[in-house]
Amino acid sequence: MTCSRREFLKEAIGGTVATVLPLSAFTFLTSAEARAAIADSKVRWAFLVDTNKCVGCGMCVKACKNENEIPYDAPVTRTWVERYVVTKDGETHVDSPMGGRDGFTSSAIRDEEIDPENIDKAFFVPKLCNQCDNPACVQVCPVGATYQTGDGVVLVDREWCIGCGYCIMACPYGVRFFHPKYKVADKCNFCYHRITKGLQPACVQSCAFGARRLANLRDPDDPVTKIITTERVAVLKDEYGTKPHVFYLGLDTNVR
Amino acid sequence: MTEDIIVHGAEWTIKELFVYPNEFIYWSIQIVMYPYMTGLVAGAFVLSSLYHVFGQKDLKEIAQFSLVFSLALLPVAALPLLLHLQQPLRAMEPLLTPHFTSAIAAFGIVFTVYGLIVVSEIWFVYREYFVYQLEALKGAPGFWNAQRRIAYRALTFGARDVSEGAIRVDHKAAKILAGIGIPVACFLHGYAGFIFGSVKANALWMSPLMPVIFIMSAVVSGIALCMLTYIVIMEWQAFRKRRKDGAAAAGDIKGAERDVVGRATRYLLGFLIAAISLELLDLIFRGYTAMKSWDILRSVMYGKDFINIFVLQYTLGNLVPFILLLLPRLTIRRTVLALLLVLFGVFMMRWNVVIGGQAFSLSFSGYMHYHIPIIPHSLETFKEGLFGALTVIATPFVLFWLINKFVPSLRRDIGEA
Repeated sequence: MTCSRREFLKEAIGGTVATVLPLSAFTFLTSAEARAAIADSKVRWAFLVDTNKCVGCGMCVKACKNENEIPYDAPVTRTWVERYVVTKDGETHVDSPMGGRDGFTSSAIRDEEIDPENIDKAFFVPKLCNQCDNPACVQVCPVGATYQTGDGVVLVDREWCIGCGYCIMACPYGVRFFHPKYKVADKCNFCYHRITKGLQPACVQSCAFGARRLANLRDPDDPVTKIITTERVAVLKDEYGTKPHVFYLGLDTNVR
Repeated sequence: MTEDIIVHGAEWTIKELFVYPNEFIYWSIQIVMYPYMTGLVAGAFVLSSLYHVFGQKDLKEIAQFSLVFSLALLPVAALPLLLHLQQPLRAMEPLLTPHFTSAIAAFGIVFTVYGLIVVSEIWFVYREYFVYQLEALKGAPGFWNAQRRIAYRALTFGARDVSEGAIRVDHKAAKILAGIGIPVACFLHGYAGFIFGSVKANALWMSPLMPVIFIMSAVVSGIALCMLTYIVIMEWQAFRKRRKDGAAAAGDIKGAERDVVGRATRYLLGFLIAAISLELLDLIFRGYTAMKSWDILRSVMYGKDFINIFVLQYTLGNLVPFILLLLPRLTIRRTVLALLLVLFGVFMMRWNVVIGGQAFSLSFSGYMHYHIPIIPHSLETFKEGLFGALTVIATPFVLFWLINKFVPSLRRDIGEA
């Protein structure tokens, strides 16, 4: 077979056009567009934590670990409780042994006994995934294994995650970790398997004090939504521009 | 629970004060190796291009070698990433379903493009040699010669025209490829810097200067490694020949040529100055603006990591070799010492970025210390331990030895491109 340069170029250009034209029918969607295309506009899950009510019993952490198959004794957890003790000298002492799973039964913080007379204030702060509206973890996932659902929850596809850890690095809240058994990124998803069936997240159901509550922001009659919209709530680390959707009542300036 | 619990990172992370429960040093030694090896690839290529594109004739000898060496380094830039993945069998997914808002997604594409450029440039430079080998091995006895002939036959891709015109086209193509290669090499590495610089959650990494700093230090380390390997191989060859031929012939044998090394040193110093200036600018800016994260950053940089940053990286890795190279009457031996220190300095820079960036908690109230696993007791502690890193370092030299069997980059009479 002979082929002159001119013929070769002609064929090559023709072939390229024939390949590219059908491909141009596909479009790249931004994550916002993709979300809009599949969004269920009736639901946007959010969370309300009332730090005034939390007593640091750790039931939520226990319930979460059991419900979501996070090895019980592994030092990683989808939700955890932090204890803050602010002393008169202005120092803030923080700890969360085993994520607060077993409650805070000792008054010592990292083996340091603090004189009760010396304490200005002390409180507990439960933490979980913020299901951000602009999630940094979703942005950086190189394969699209972590994604945002139409109702605002960020999920991880265990079958597709390559385990690079970029999402763990990108999350300003430190909620992500590698699942000890599945070896893929893992995080709180508000118990998506439960809330989509009308149940409460495990941590919410196990909290005897009503410190944790789930809200549907798109439902104006939702009592928790009413609290979020009418009362003074705060979010964690809003300076990162991630638009977190876990709202806090009684958040202190010392909370990290 | 009876099953084995292996929490990635728990093995080598020691926590101090308050650290979020899920925080560990997730990116360990292999992620230090990744930008280091990528930097060496990019730097080696830039050095070879200085000759091929900008016609720096004084670099000709080292350029030929750098080009082939950058090919040997290339697969090793991806190796640390593979060793680091928790799911290495899914390594091809970024190419199958790239999620382009992620800086990592384009790695496969950039890496492949760059690889193709390097391979084709080498082909154009050495095609003439392949054809001559094909002729020379015709009818040569022995099984291995037959195999080599088959290999060379494949390497020519059937293009056996060695007329003057054809060779001219080869040279032109090599030059064009080297020209395209420079921005691509810089992109490959600047992009590694972007992977870190764009992590807004990490106070140490987030800086628009990061990609530029990475490029500059990449070129520094690439030039240093090429010079070093070149000197060692040349001196070794001269040494062997001297022993074989006796002292009488010693005068004719060329080791590493001092003016080649001297010229390359000038480029090295130029890029070194650029790299240090940018790093210091970044440091001063952070201190001056003193954002929320500065308190913890300062305690890491001036306290916990002081030795790593200011003694090992800036003094031993930058300042000392800088002085060594600038002092008059530069000898080969002094150059070798300076080059080793430069390579060490760039390695420490990568270490201080990757490990230093995880040395403090996202809560800004605690620290994490990295204890590199030395003796492996599991696959993970091998991969992400000292021996994993040494494997990565050793691989390019093995590859170079193999490639050099077919593409003799150190012979002075071949590849006049």
